[in-house]
Amino acid sequence: MQTTVASEYSNEIHSVPIEHRFNPYSDNGGTVLGIAGEDFAVLAGDTRQVEGYSIQSRYEPKIFDVGDNIVMTANGFAADGVALIDKFRQQLKWYKFDNFGGKLEIKSAARYIQHLLYGKRFFPYYVSTLIAGLDEEGKGAVYSYDPVGSYEREQCRAGGAAASLIMPFLDNQVNFKNQFIPGTDGKEKKPLKYLTLEEVIELVRDAFSSATERHIYVGDGLEIKIVTKDGVRTEYYPLKRD
Amino acid sequence: MNHDPFQWGRPSNETYGAYNHQIANAGVPDNTTHASLDAFPKMHTQQPIITGTSVIASKFNNGIIMAADNVGSYGSLLRFSNIERLIKVGSETVVGLSGDVSDMQQIERILDELETSEEVYDNDGGDYLRAANVHEYLSRVMYNRRSKMNPLWNSIIVGGFYRDRTPFLKYVDLVGVTYSSSTIATGFGSHLAIPLLRNLIPEDKDYVKVDEQQITKVVEDSMRVLFYRDARSGDKYSQVIIKLDEEGKVVFEFTKEVKVENQSWRFAKDIRGYGSSQQ
Repeated sequence: MQTTVASEYSNEIHSVPIEHRFNPYSDNGGTVLGIAGEDFAVLAGDTRQVEGYSIQSRYEPKIFDVGDNIVMTANGFAADGVALIDKFRQQLKWYKFDNFGGKLEIKSAARYIQHLLYGKRFFPYYVSTLIAGLDEEGKGAVYSYDPVGSYEREQCRAGGAAASLIMPFLDNQVNFKNQFIPGTDGKEKKPLKYLTLEEVIELVRDAFSSATERHIYVGDGLEIKIVTKDGVRTEYYPLKRD
Repeated sequence: MNHDPFQWGRPSNETYGAYNHQIANAGVPDNTTHASLDAFPKMHTQQPIITGTSVIASKFNNGIIMAADNVGSYGSLLRFSNIERLIKVGSETVVGLSGDVSDMQQIERILDELETSEEVYDNDGGDYLRAANVHEYLSRVMYNRRSKMNPLWNSIIVGGFYRDRTPFLKYVDLVGVTYSSSTIATGFGSHLAIPLLRNLIPEDKDYVKVDEQQITKVVEDSMRVLFYRDARSGDKYSQVIIKLDEEGKVVFEFTKEVKVENQSWRFAKDIRGYGSSQQ
């Protein structure tokens, strides 16, 4: 904007009035991560919930066992996350009533969640959604979504505040991206293989302790839900609280 | 004289003829009707008007404590000093509200209705309304209103007991975000009171090591710090303690008009911790 006298405040002069409007979203931080193994899958998330620079709670779990050996999380705007998971649980209950208590396969659950998310295409659930479980063959499965329901099945996926810190680490350590067989001069790729549950837990713990170091929205505690053919079990590890 | 509200005080048209608005190029046009004004778009709450500041709350070994002052601010004006922001719901739940006072009064009515329908009409003498139920209900109300882009402009803390008699404390705000913690505060309290409360209860599980006397002292300190540093606060507050007595019965202690005591307004230089020199 051209003014007669140069002013430090020139950037605060607006040609149109500033509009104030209610913002129905907030960012509650946190980060989540899912990895699929050969006969298991894990979903992990930190337990911190924030608003701006304040820590609202140091233990507010966001990974849920929603039934039928499926675990689910929706990270981002906490109220939408809770609403989405509640809605899915409710629909799963109706599915059971309508189908004589039959099991909902994870690929069907995955498609259904797409519809839940796309149903609010023009007022989206502001979350990164992940589900994990076992497919019809008993192999580990992780499905990931964008806020409006675009989804795919993957071997691993990080979501939320520190997704950009964790995802490249996972590309390297789970899918062996940029890893080559020693002595081949970077010509031969390291072949893919399934990781064991112990290796996966170690990866998850490393990913979260590193994200805690570098991201202020991540910390306090790490809760991991592990899905095997025997059901869902939970592990908890403390993270730094600063 | 014309007595129509939109033309009030003007010379009546029958006597003097219609006024020519072109003269001043201003005024309410002649064709204005009540209906045309009613056609103005319906407005939603876009900002709070009369506001209440922080609510602070904490668990302790056999109950919960909550405090909120009695000020109602109109911007920076201290407009009201007799606003009660802690409300009892059912027999063992307290709801503390900060933010817009008119929306708070609407919530009071909603909760009153809830209590009447659940405790009077639908109660078969078995289970009754508890803090968790009240919180779930309120969180749905808040989230639905924000989804209609017509929020209730409040931050709310609900305190009471679970069915198994362990203390319950949970938060919900204008966008529907909820969380639980052993220590919760809204507004300025989240900056000034939470550090004091978390000093006493560092981890969520530690509330069992803290007794009523200890927590009351820290709440007292917190309210004093808030009075010192939050310009929209007051020196008179209400306090609720809900606890279990020796027989495991719920005792609901509602204390009104608590004064912020032991204030010190000495010259800052002479107060330890303020001066540049070591004392």
